[in-house]
Amino acid sequence: MMSKTMIAVLLASSVLGSAGAAYAEDVTLNIESWRNDDLPIWNEKLIPAFEKSHPGIKLKFNPSAPTEYDAALGAKLDANSAGDIITCRPFDKSLALFQKGQLASLNDLPGIDKFSPVAKSAWETDDGKTTFCVPVASVIHGFIYNKEAFDKLGLKVPQTEDEFFAVLDAIKKDGTYIPMAMGTKDLWEAATMGYQNIGPNYWKGEEGRKALIAGKEKLTDPEWVDPFKTLARWKDYLGDGFEAQSYPDSQNMFTLGRAAIYPAGSWEISGFNTQAQFKMGAFPPPVKKAGDTCYISDHTDLGIGMNAKSAHPKEAKAFLEWVASPEFAEIYANALPGFFSLNSTPVKMTDPLAQEFVSWRDKCKSTIRSTYQILSRGTPNLENETWVESANVINGTDTPEQAGEKLQKGLDSWYKPAK
Amino acid sequence: MTNTPAKSRPVRWHIAVFLMPAVLIYTAVMILPLFGTMQLSLFRVENNLSTFVGLDNFRTLFGDPNWSVNFWNALRNNVWFFIVHMVVQNPIGVVLAALLSHPKLRFSTFYRTAIFIPTILSFVIVGFAWKLILSPLWGIAPNMLDAVGLKSLFAPWLGQEQYALTTLSLISVWQFIGIPMMLIYAALLSIPDEIIEAAECDGITGVAQFWKIKLPLILPSIGIISILTFVGNFNAFDLIYTTQGALAGPNYSTDILGTFMFRTFFGFQLQVGDRNMGATVASVMFFIILAGVCLYLFGIQRRLRRYQF
Repeated sequence: MMSKTMIAVLLASSVLGSAGAAYAEDVTLNIESWRNDDLPIWNEKLIPAFEKSHPGIKLKFNPSAPTEYDAALGAKLDANSAGDIITCRPFDKSLALFQKGQLASLNDLPGIDKFSPVAKSAWETDDGKTTFCVPVASVIHGFIYNKEAFDKLGLKVPQTEDEFFAVLDAIKKDGTYIPMAMGTKDLWEAATMGYQNIGPNYWKGEEGRKALIAGKEKLTDPEWVDPFKTLARWKDYLGDGFEAQSYPDSQNMFTLGRAAIYPAGSWEISGFNTQAQFKMGAFPPPVKKAGDTCYISDHTDLGIGMNAKSAHPKEAKAFLEWVASPEFAEIYANALPGFFSLNSTPVKMTDPLAQEFVSWRDKCKSTIRSTYQILSRGTPNLENETWVESANVINGTDTPEQAGEKLQKGLDSWYKPAK
Repeated sequence: MTNTPAKSRPVRWHIAVFLMPAVLIYTAVMILPLFGTMQLSLFRVENNLSTFVGLDNFRTLFGDPNWSVNFWNALRNNVWFFIVHMVVQNPIGVVLAALLSHPKLRFSTFYRTAIFIPTILSFVIVGFAWKLILSPLWGIAPNMLDAVGLKSLFAPWLGQEQYALTTLSLISVWQFIGIPMMLIYAALLSIPDEIIEAAECDGITGVAQFWKIKLPLILPSIGIISILTFVGNFNAFDLIYTTQGALAGPNYSTDILGTFMFRTFFGFQLQVGDRNMGATVASVMFFIILAGVCLYLFGIQRRLRRYQF
């Protein structure tokens, strides 16, 4: 008796199930990603918004752990079991997938032309002719400061480098606050928050970065050594024992209100908003002289592309078109303050700190970190060496000139610029 | 010689059967990967094709300044790491064991356990705890030094090129001091009472008794400990990785062979992993350890005098 009803139920459900599938003919697109932190944002905001405007296409967000993503995705792509939509790491990792024919070209995607060349640089071939991922998010570098500390000491936000050091001197002289929260223990802080943060003003952003790739400039030239010289001056304004201060130490030092200025990346915004009990403001890297053009590091971090062997290319394209639209940009940028849309249509954001960061795009020229495209393909790895040398310069182990020389020597040993 | 016709002895299958599980497992998890690594080190990927290049990878490692500088630096640091262990860990371990085995010492079980506990802690916990202790911002080391008026002695050791490696070596010594202590302690306990009594009758007591009677008897144990330390140190990786990260800063001053191999094999950040060069470094590490162990086995252990009780 029992088993008969069971069978009846199973039969009925299987018939109904297949009938349902035949009726709707929904296509489900699987999205591969390493951003497992973003799962709620996708499930609660992005996916409902997309499915509402695109009936017949369902989305499934399948993130894996950031550290496992590259290996897992590679294996799945090789075995033809990867999802239809691929979240793209910037530069060489995605380029390699494209060269293996696993990512589709998106040159004919409507809306892809709305992205600036800087935004696309992370997901295009070396000659810049083919784009294979829609740029989604970038992070901007600058300085976050403690507004209360600035008000108390009567300080104004510095515009030029001299003002910047005058502010630091004033904070140091007062002694209530540590002027700047940064350590050299984890090395990358010195390079990413230091060198790549202030550097673009010296090497003139894209101009210098492209010239370096073309071999027209060298890391021993003044525009590449001067940021190191400025960095070396930071030493006096860091906390006691900054040599052993790690990245979380710096974050805590600032959010606990012990330090006045924090060399930052915009990804800190959401964390700082919940941690810090005081008002915060932000200013872009100071320029050399008042009136100089300012440059900011607006570093491309995440893109979305399409599996070339997807079974549903039409639907996948429709989804990517939506990703390239301002609607997606607005939802994404507001859900994750600090990860800025790369879309050239301006996006409305509610977070004041995030607004401040993104407003620099209007008055300054954007560039990406100098070491990321092409220049970190060989041994020794330029990015890693820049970490080590930036820390060395601040620690006083190497002079700025020595640092530039070492980096250029390492680069010369394997990189031959195209003539 | 008796000339009974050689009765064919039954094949002793049970020996093979009993050995089989261990041999199979050891082959699968140790011997095959070892040869796999060495095989990898003889190839190089060119145009997405693995090609046999003989010893070229080793030539690159020792000859190309981009590699050799890092390699020799790592080896030098590793040797220093080992020297600190030999000079600090093992003598202190022997002293602790001698004190513990003293019959009049009270609470010896407590001390023994307390000293041994760090050995069973995970590297991650040890590394993280010491990073916090030594932190110039929140650490208790600066405060404790301040309490005794020696604040001026404090420095951010883990961030300074000249001290970082020694500091890490001492942290590792702190963690592993229990092992030489336990081994020597066991060796000391196994010395028969008659020998000690005979020594006492001859008027050898106290410190002299340790030097003249006990130390010669525990020398083989000290030898074993030395070789264990050697193998452990040249395979070390975890502590450096958890406290200093894969780039083994500042300025590669704490880079040892293990971290160098890790970076090469798996890559780091924008550096793409190179399995063939990584395997080359791993092979060199294997040969260094093999050479050290052979030197010990043939050069020292054979000359050690053993005493039968």
